[in-house]
Amino acid sequence: MAKSWIWIALPVAALVAVLAFLLIGRPLAPLTETAPPVEEVAVETVDLEPGMISLNVRADGSGPVTIAQVQVDGAWRMFSASPSPTIDRLGTARIDIPYPWIEGETHHVLLLTSTGVGFEHTIDVALPRHAMNGESLFRLALIGVLLGFVPVAIGLLAYPAIRAAGQNVVHFMLALTVGLLLYLFVDTIGEGLELGAEALGRLRGTTVVWVAAGLTLIALLAVGRRGGKAPEGIRLAFFIALGIGLHNLGEGLVVGAALATGAAALATFLVVGFIVHNVTEGIGIAAPLATRERPSLAAFAGLAALAGLPAMVGVLLGTGAVNPYWAALCFGVGAGAILQVVIEVAAFMMRQGGSGVLVAPAGAAGVVAGLVVMYTTALLV
Amino acid sequence: MRMVDWKTRPISRRSALGAAAALGAVGVGAAAGRPDAAEHAGSGAMHDGGTASMHGGHGENRVVGEVDHSRNGFDPAEILTDFDYGEIKSDENGRTVREWVVTAVDKEIEIAPGVFFPAWTFDGRIPGPALRCVEGEHLRIVFQNGSSHAHSMHFHGIHSARMDGVPGAGMVNPGEDFVYEFDARPFGCHLYHCHALPLKRHIHKGMYGTFIVDPDPDRHPEARDAALGRRHGTPENAGWQEFVMVMNGVDTNFDDENEFYAVNTIPFAYFDKPIRIERSRPVRVYLVNITEFDPINSFHLHANFFDYYDHGTTLTPTLRTIDTVMQCQAQRGILEFSFADFEPGLYMFHAHQSEFAELGWMSHFEVV
Repeated sequence: MAKSWIWIALPVAALVAVLAFLLIGRPLAPLTETAPPVEEVAVETVDLEPGMISLNVRADGSGPVTIAQVQVDGAWRMFSASPSPTIDRLGTARIDIPYPWIEGETHHVLLLTSTGVGFEHTIDVALPRHAMNGESLFRLALIGVLLGFVPVAIGLLAYPAIRAAGQNVVHFMLALTVGLLLYLFVDTIGEGLELGAEALGRLRGTTVVWVAAGLTLIALLAVGRRGGKAPEGIRLAFFIALGIGLHNLGEGLVVGAALATGAAALATFLVVGFIVHNVTEGIGIAAPLATRERPSLAAFAGLAALAGLPAMVGVLLGTGAVNPYWAALCFGVGAGAILQVVIEVAAFMMRQGGSGVLVAPAGAAGVVAGLVVMYTTALLV
Repeated sequence: MRMVDWKTRPISRRSALGAAAALGAVGVGAAAGRPDAAEHAGSGAMHDGGTASMHGGHGENRVVGEVDHSRNGFDPAEILTDFDYGEIKSDENGRTVREWVVTAVDKEIEIAPGVFFPAWTFDGRIPGPALRCVEGEHLRIVFQNGSSHAHSMHFHGIHSARMDGVPGAGMVNPGEDFVYEFDARPFGCHLYHCHALPLKRHIHKGMYGTFIVDPDPDRHPEARDAALGRRHGTPENAGWQEFVMVMNGVDTNFDDENEFYAVNTIPFAYFDKPIRIERSRPVRVYLVNITEFDPINSFHLHANFFDYYDHGTTLTPTLRTIDTVMQCQAQRGILEFSFADFEPGLYMFHAHQSEFAELGWMSHFEVV
């Protein structure tokens, strides 16, 4: 017992010694002294108010990074930085630039560091941050409800029809659920990776998406199978609704950001597209309930709320300035939750219809139909 | 990419508001619940004017902070007038020689407030010393290379091939030196620069300076007065206010595009600290363009006109009564103008490429 203790202490001591040698003895100093500093600056969020452009930036590098000068649209501009223009590694600062930016136009910002390196950021369409009051909140919430809750609830209305249908139709519907969830998984991962790539390199935004997806998958599988039994019936429907809900949270963020940054003109198309797209999600939630006793109306309402309302939360958050890192993390969690449901629905089908159920005609057709329907309706968005 | 047609925007914006209200869904990004929004959209084009009046004109187009000129070892306010006349000596044959010693130095320059640039310089300053002599004199320029790279001094003037300061003739390795020797001709406003390769890099790193050959009045009896006014050391010349202005740019991130533009290197230097001019005395500007990467640069004077002597090699103007002149790289000339009878105050001069002006080449004369 005493001996094994030494074999923990020894590696720790050795590690400390090596780190101390590197940091205090500085044996690598001759290598790094002449090297130019490495600098990276990422603009995380942009906030526009009349006459003022404000940026939240995060810096990384071999040392602190100093924002020495700021250009807007190819002209040097007055600016102030808080708490300081000198930003520690992975630290942040807020840069305020008085500038007569023009609504609806594109503006280019360049942050020049003390070493003369410039970091560009483009504000694609300048729109003011809208003051949140009761009316605008209501409108946003309405969009959120229309995006998520309403279509899922409409999809759930198909439950009696699914329940009345034969075994093959149920298998088809379940396989359809697998197909549509697979589509959502790919879509969510894609969105997450895109956002993750915008984050500062060292934060590894794209890796975070995969790690978050993996952790969520494992956690939900463990929770779902607590007590040694795979989820079925209403519990399976619950997990499907949860997965779809997390996906819709991400979707809501994207829609909210789009509304905030100039796609407002597309809002009607966006909402119509999402309604058609998300009705399928409701059908997916209803499918595992087909072979059971009919759940209560309250249960249906709860499932629709779980799957649909996160879209509303997403829209509300998304219209504010969203940090791409946290948004990417959010998409990763959503993707993990969706993957868990894909696994559980497939497992449920196999328990019901044997291991070949997904490649049998009804199953295969369902998966393909799910993928195709989701892709096709996504074209509307 | 512009996603919204700005010309029709105020109208379409207003009509969008109506549509938004009708749809009940679109209003988020538009104006719902934002009392200031419609006003903001409608007055977009007027923002600049509004801001300008609030902040004293140009005030917010500037760099933030101040350059530490003493750390740099040169001050743009002094570079304007610190002509370097060298030293008059006799050579072994008893002939009079004007001699300078110029040293190449690698130096980190604070090129704009808080922005540091690894420059290559003549005598630790950008532009290098403004060497000034008189037509017909014999010149010796002792060039010492204290830099870590090979450099040269290539003079725009008349000289032999051996004295050209190009690869193969007068290129100087680190730690070595070379004496360029030639007669001062033709008279005019000229320049010198390093001609080592890669040329672009050696120029934009800072290796250039002004080379002025004053006309010898005795050689120009037909225009003796004009020549006397140009030749330093005469009472006629003492009446003039003379300034050296080298139009240059700095590419701090080495992407072959200048981040900063200026006359005499430091952006906005004469904007914040105007160049003082006495109304009673005429003004002469020795203007040199050594801007790298951009095909041309220009000088525009506000509220006044000037006569221009291209290359300074004539005693009568080559262009009369103009307020803007453009120069390609290495082109130079002399501007002469007067603010006599003008109202005292600040008079702008700047590149009339707005881009260069807003990136630093923006200045003021303070007429008193």
